[in-house]
Amino acid sequence: MKILIVDDFSTMRRIIKNLLRDLGFTNTDEADDGNSALPMLKSGKYDFLVTDWNMPGMSGFDLLKAVRADENLKTLPVLMVTAEAKRDQIVAAAQAGVNGYVVKPFTAAVLKEKIEKIFERIQ
Amino acid sequence: MSTHTNDNNSLDDTITDTLRAQAHQLVDEVNAGNYANAMGLISELNDVRDQSLYREVGRLTRSLHEAIHNFHIDPQNAEQQEALSKMSDASDRLAYVVEMTGSAANRTMDLVEAAMPRASSMCEQARSLRDDWQRLRRREMAPAEFRELYHRIDQFFVTTTEDAEAVYGSLSEILLAQDFQDLTGQVIQKVTTLVKEVEENLLSLVVMASHVDQLTGTTHELKRENVSPELGQGPQINAAERADVVSGQDDVDDLLSSLGF
Repeated sequence: MKILIVDDFSTMRRIIKNLLRDLGFTNTDEADDGNSALPMLKSGKYDFLVTDWNMPGMSGFDLLKAVRADENLKTLPVLMVTAEAKRDQIVAAAQAGVNGYVVKPFTAAVLKEKIEKIFERIQ
Repeated sequence: MSTHTNDNNSLDDTITDTLRAQAHQLVDEVNAGNYANAMGLISELNDVRDQSLYREVGRLTRSLHEAIHNFHIDPQNAEQQEALSKMSDASDRLAYVVEMTGSAANRTMDLVEAAMPRASSMCEQARSLRDDWQRLRRREMAPAEFRELYHRIDQFFVTTTEDAEAVYGSLSEILLAQDFQDLTGQVIQKVTTLVKEVEENLLSLVVMASHVDQLTGTTHELKRENVSPELGQGPQINAAERADVVSGQDDVDDLLSSLGF
């Protein structure tokens, strides 16, 4: 299971990386916005994408749309982990095809639950 | 800060007094047919209007300068002095807050990552010893095995002391790594105060400008901007009091399940 973590803050990437490791996912890479993440996703054979929304350069929302528009990536499970908490944003993310939405600040238990739920639905 | 008390609705008393006095005088001059004097009064009224605006703008400019000048915090050692003397404006100060909180978070995570393997190793060793100890108590252990257990217990005391000391050391360093809060708190409070002062003064300027609008009969059309939901807006403050914002993960889950997720 290869996972890409996208967040502009290295501390948040590190927290998510640690939590994923505790859940048994040790094969993770990091990117700091959509512009650096998209080429990695296209060439890297990732199984799962965890992304923030608000980032300089390409936002997580635009990254989600780019992933869904790409023939090879459109089925990639995407979990959004973000401070964006407006109802219309969550609706927009759902309509754009997000698989899970975790609002910051979050707990390890919530992240675990959402990831497990996404994999359950895929299998 | 600004000492004048403007009730935000009316013009300065001296200005209204001048206006009132000159308006009466103007009526008198017009009624008396002294048009040249009347024109002079109109020009004086214009000057009163302009001067009151200049005076308010001057006041506000001074207040803004004062606010910016007063915007410094007291460094407590040479290192802080150097760090702070490099910062002359609010955005630098906020960048400094980002940097300090970032390095504290990284320091904390370094220490946590160093402590976790030690804690889990202590736990594993204790569990394995407990299992063997119980076998010993049930008299299920051969003498050779017991001798091995005896050495492992000896070793366990040594490594546990070391591990516990290291974990304790990490924990107390984690405690110390929170000292950024003191300095960043000061910086943020200063920035907040500056923002409030600037806002107050801008408000006064807007009120002043609206008086001029009244005098010149200018009206403005304000366009409401619609914010696209696609644009990131960052964390929402006072989420519990707002209907358009979720108040936590449960709210997100409810919203998504109502959409068929």
